Amino acid sequence: MEFSSFLTLDSFITDPLTHDFMRKALLMSSLVAAVCGFLSSYLTLKGWALMGDAVSHSVMPGVVVAYALGLPFSLGAFIFGVGSVALIGFIKQKSRVKEDTVIGLVFTGFFALGIVLVSKIKSNIDLHSILFGSPLGISLSDVKQTIIISLLVVILLSIFRKDLMLYCFDPRHAKTVGINVFFLHYLLLTCLSLAAVVGLQSVGIILVVAMLITPGATAYLLTDKFDNMTIISVLSAIISSLIGIYISFWFDLETGGSIVLAQTFIFLFAFLFAPRYGIFKLKKFFAGYK
Amino acid sequence: MESINYQNFRIDAENICVDYNGKVALYDANLRLKPGQICGLVGMNGAGKTTFFNALTGFVNISKGKIRINGESVRSAQKDQTIAYVPQNEGIDSQFPINVWDIVMMGRYGSMNIFRCPRESDIQAVKDAIERVDLTDHLSTPIGNLSGGQRKRTFLARAIAQRASILLLDEPFSGVDIRTEKLISELFIQFKNEGKTILLSTHDMIHVREFCDLVLLINKTVVAYGETSEVFTPENITTTFGGISPDFLFGPES
Repeated sequence: MEFSSFLTLDSFITDPLTHDFMRKALLMSSLVAAVCGFLSSYLTLKGWALMGDAVSHSVMPGVVVAYALGLPFSLGAFIFGVGSVALIGFIKQKSRVKEDTVIGLVFTGFFALGIVLVSKIKSNIDLHSILFGSPLGISLSDVKQTIIISLLVVILLSIFRKDLMLYCFDPRHAKTVGINVFFLHYLLLTCLSLAAVVGLQSVGIILVVAMLITPGATAYLLTDKFDNMTIISVLSAIISSLIGIYISFWFDLETGGSIVLAQTFIFLFAFLFAPRYGIFKLKKFFAGYK
Repeated sequence: MESINYQNFRIDAENICVDYNGKVALYDANLRLKPGQICGLVGMNGAGKTTFFNALTGFVNISKGKIRINGESVRSAQKDQTIAYVPQNEGIDSQFPINVWDIVMMGRYGSMNIFRCPRESDIQAVKDAIERVDLTDHLSTPIGNLSGGQRKRTFLARAIAQRASILLLDEPFSGVDIRTEKLISELFIQFKNEGKTILLSTHDMIHVREFCDLVLLINKTVVAYGETSEVFTPENITTTFGGISPDFLFGPES
């Protein structure tokens, strides 16, 4: 019945825009993607992919508790996100267990707690939308929260953009010239928790880590300049979100999964064809024909 | 400031101890350096050379002892940009998306405003520093495309741009080409004349004899410290390296 819509690219793009929920989903997901993409270049350079996974899973019980108490879910998520990092640091310091093991056991513990709480607290919490995201069903209060948190993260990252880059590149030099490395460490963790909170609305808790690492990894293959890396990362994240939402609309697919899959395909494309760092080094290929 | 007052040491480390979660990395170490002195820090891997550097820069906290930099605390030395650290090539992510200009500019961060916007004077300092290490043709070369020697010179330029009076160099001669080695040795003479104090770690015994006025032999603590000609003896070196004979370290010629 919708077959005729496929006839033109124009209607492929404009038809969904006639729906209010689609306009909202496209706007919100782009905003979330931009925030996660911005942060992504720092996380990939710092080697914090696993940390991103840990924080994003650990926010689960916080979301459930916040819903049950009628608090903004971002508050609960933030407390548990930062709490998990503190706990990871504490256990690592006080035991002989290796860091990646500690990260793995803490975040799965938190995540399991979240699932158990959902089954116990019989409320109107939609487990499916927490786990897999529901950008098409985002409420007005969620929209407000997302905008506020996103702006906060973007402002923080913009102010400390260069310090954070230095912190990722050479923390020892940062410390030597009197820059507060401790502050930068927790700033990055705070932004990570906040980005996970907004990201889970788009793609859900399970996949939010993709929003936090894939765009950065893609950009890393495409440039040797940090500023360009950030721009490419943000753009690829936004484009993936738009593609994912459109595809999910027309083909009736899970939205969060479609967004992440779009990111993965863009990464694979860069992996194969990046001019300098791709498998088929296109720059060399074309240089041969000059 | 530059006049050599016996009381006025650039670096004055007194009985410092560093431990990582109860594991002792360095204990009862002393070091006093005046302006214009070049001191070699010699020891095995794991003998505490990097720990010593980390303590001086404030990257790790000392559990005992006292460190005075120009008579003040490490904290105020950080604020005043007094110490510059030139890392080992291995200690740096060579795939980081950053070029020569931006790395050297990082030497100015500590004295910029919170947004790290370069002023005219910062840009000039970076230009001059890059010129001194002869990398003007590589301003926008990414770090991944630099040779080992060029990378070393980039970080030296960062230290120069910082205008620090104390330079800590971790293995400055490892993995560099002849040209870089020559340039570094020329810079050392200039630094000395400018009254800068240099502490460098090295595995290479020949470099110690060539450049260092003083030598600090360490193996978790100070084995020997003093004028290179007096302290840098085969016996002391053997003790420092846990009984390996100097013949093995120097080669049979010496």
